[in-house]
Amino acid sequence: MAFHLPPKPTPQHSTATAGGVAEPGHAKPHWLMRWLLTTNHKEIGSLYLIFSLTMFFIGGIFALVVRAELFQPGLQLVRPEFFNQMTTMHGLIMVFGAIMPAFVGLANWMVPLQIGAPDMALPRLNNFSFWLLPVAFGLLLSTLLMPGGGPNFGWTFYAPLSTTYAPPSTTFFILSLHIAGISSILGAINIIATILNLRAPGMRMMDMPLFVWTWLITAFLLIAVMPVLAGVITMMLMDINFGTSFFNAAGGGDPVLFQHLFWFFGHPEVYIMILPAFGIVSAIIPTFSRKRLFGYASMVYATAAIALLSFLVWAHHMFVVGLPLVAELFFMYTTMLIAVPTGVKIFNWVATMFRGSISFEPPMLFALAFVVQFTVGGFSGLMLAISPADFQYHDTYFVVAHFHYVLVPGALFAILAGAYYWLPKWTGHYPHLRLSQWHFWLSVIGVNLTFFPMHFSGLAGMPRRIPDYALQFADFNMAASLGAFLFGASQLLFVLVIIKCVRGGEKAPAKAWEGAEDLEWSVPSPAPLHTFETPPEFHPDRH
Amino acid sequence: MRTLLVWMAGGLASAALTPVALANGWNMPVGVTALSRDIYSLHMIIFWICVIIGVIVFGAMFYSLFRYRHSKGAKAATFHEHTSVEVIWTAIPLLILVGMAVPATATLKNMYDTSEADLDVMVTGQQWRWRYEYLGEDVAFTSNLGTPREQIDGTGEKGEHYLLEVDKPLVLPVGQKVRLLLTSDDVIHSWWVPDLAVKQDAIPGFVNENWVRIEEPGIYRGQCAELCGKDHAFMPVVVEAVEQERFDEWLAERQQAAEEEASSADREWSMDELMARGEQTYGAVCASCHQADGQGAGNFPALAGNEAMLEDIDWHIDRVVNGVSGTAMASFRNTLSAVEIAAVVTYERNAWGNDSGDSVQPSEIAEQLAEQGE
Repeated sequence: MAFHLPPKPTPQHSTATAGGVAEPGHAKPHWLMRWLLTTNHKEIGSLYLIFSLTMFFIGGIFALVVRAELFQPGLQLVRPEFFNQMTTMHGLIMVFGAIMPAFVGLANWMVPLQIGAPDMALPRLNNFSFWLLPVAFGLLLSTLLMPGGGPNFGWTFYAPLSTTYAPPSTTFFILSLHIAGISSILGAINIIATILNLRAPGMRMMDMPLFVWTWLITAFLLIAVMPVLAGVITMMLMDINFGTSFFNAAGGGDPVLFQHLFWFFGHPEVYIMILPAFGIVSAIIPTFSRKRLFGYASMVYATAAIALLSFLVWAHHMFVVGLPLVAELFFMYTTMLIAVPTGVKIFNWVATMFRGSISFEPPMLFALAFVVQFTVGGFSGLMLAISPADFQYHDTYFVVAHFHYVLVPGALFAILAGAYYWLPKWTGHYPHLRLSQWHFWLSVIGVNLTFFPMHFSGLAGMPRRIPDYALQFADFNMAASLGAFLFGASQLLFVLVIIKCVRGGEKAPAKAWEGAEDLEWSVPSPAPLHTFETPPEFHPDRH
Repeated sequence: MRTLLVWMAGGLASAALTPVALANGWNMPVGVTALSRDIYSLHMIIFWICVIIGVIVFGAMFYSLFRYRHSKGAKAATFHEHTSVEVIWTAIPLLILVGMAVPATATLKNMYDTSEADLDVMVTGQQWRWRYEYLGEDVAFTSNLGTPREQIDGTGEKGEHYLLEVDKPLVLPVGQKVRLLLTSDDVIHSWWVPDLAVKQDAIPGFVNENWVRIEEPGIYRGQCAELCGKDHAFMPVVVEAVEQERFDEWLAERQQAAEEEASSADREWSMDELMARGEQTYGAVCASCHQADGQGAGNFPALAGNEAMLEDIDWHIDRVVNGVSGTAMASFRNTLSAVEIAAVVTYERNAWGNDSGDSVQPSEIAEQLAEQGE
């Protein structure tokens, strides 16, 4: 089942550079045109990863502005107007610009390699969906320079603060989110088409590595909810520019409708940011435990269960907006239910390690930290599910602590784990061991110093999204700010590790890790530009 | 196995110490209502469930990491599934959750029972203050941040209740069931007092309900919990709970003051009186957007030297009374008294070098309000 490009529409030389590769007989394209026009999944994967790393630092700088202002009570560095822009942009950039594209980048690189496909199913679409991103985020960042400033209403952009009361740049914000959304949908279509059509002969669905499975499910979530986001921002656009009143109470509209629509998108969105992380960790833990993943089938079912439940829990973000009692109960029960499949995953990882033969290479360190820290985030999530208690937790730093535990020491650590795991495959060299270990330990200390005290300040009564706070929260905030700067600075080590790894280092063989099993380890390191031009033999020895 | 026991013992010991560490500003307050205590105990139950699960899971994990190290020559086993174990660890969490859902449901039902209230208070969020109206009692007032600007800017020393103090607190009687009806004039706010375990969104176009029966007299402090624009951090909630007798006295005082305010609209006010009252009102209500020096900021227009405003006094009054739809300029028809509107308009026309010499009498405003109200 070889992969064939579709018939070319015109007989001209229009495809000379479309492959992104200088083949014999073709003129070598200028490097800029090569990267602009590449359709190679590995090159596009690298573009995604570099883009998301850039966004990670930009969003990180915004976070550090926030933490610097919160270092002490009082207004010292920025005005509240700008502070609100920083919290908003930090959230938007990290969610849509850093975490999501990082996972798409990993999918681009690894899904074809893990299923024995020569490339993504729709390579030109792949190129297009990447290049939409710099446009979207360039536009988003440019709003900071516009009169009235950039978005200042939080990454959840609740109406009417984001419509009637929003700065004029909000229309640009909507456009940029539309573009990013189109990029996500196209990327998801491509991943689904690839996984369903291009698996190596003999590889059944239940033979696929879990990273592929989790991404398949994530891609369906993206296709289901991105149009809802597009709908809600289009309604905002109409309210702002064309005199409608979807969310304007004075015109007969409903501000709560906004929240229902937003969170119907938003809750699956948070699982979009964590399911691929489960897949990465499910590859790394067996490799460094030298033992097969425990409960493969239950991992797949648990992922599917989490994805389905994610459509039934959205209003747990809205426990204090005045929902009717029955709604409150329904969303409390469904939310608590999510703990069951999530628990199954954690138990499975622990059972994989039990009676394994465990070593602690950098990818494993990050994966282990993921398991512990993500579980801490899961615990606070379970607490937040208890609706009566949520009346106290809601919109406090307890919530900030919760979702940062899931997203930073959770999703981000899984991305870092994945990067360390696959860097030998990408570059042909092992990442520098000492530097990687320094990066790991400083990150763990920094991230926990940042986010753990937020549990306490939230419980003690500190609301989120405030530039200034009462004196009893001062110590917690000082600790969090110190932790944030430590964490931010230690990410520079990661850049150093990558640069060193690209340039040289200990050579990695095809199978870079002793216990690694999946198909990507059967191609040379570094992976040549074109792999699996002839489909590999796949022997389902696992089932 | 011994290592596992050590781990678990260590975990339990640290768990036993946690309440000590969590006392005093590290944990959710127990609060001063029956509901707040129920919520606190739900919080602690689910917290301990998490701690116990955490000790077991992390204990098993760290035991495995320690015991089965590759560097110590551990040989990996080959098992990779075990149906009964998997069923057990799916079923047990499910049972724990059902056990947790039962008390949570009971508490929630209680929270939603707003019937048979002794007193109704309407709470209206506005950028960036709270307005309280005692329904049926003819008492209403606005509660503004009480912390002076110098403390926020760092030029003055911060007081004990920095950012958690207001000019006029919400006074409530202890032992009575008070129903809170919450709404908003502009964006979504959220009224929150941790000691009362009440947090409820105030949403334009909606009236939300919640209730509180405070058991101990005291002063309870909280804040707006929903991002509502630039001064979100600066709209605190202060509730002063007093004995019923004291409350009745206070209510009578407020009613008398309100009557005096209304009747004072009829008399002639001097320019100095209007300017003094106007400066006070401007500082409490207008300065957060238009700034104390009238220079405006960002999208908020400057009032100093504002020609449109100075040319036409009726236009000026209309803006204050009716607001400007589609912008952050709210209508102050119900928020400010006729005296306050007259004073603030007069002040704005004569402060910061505007020097128009114009003044407007409260009686004229009262007349206009009555006309427009019809």
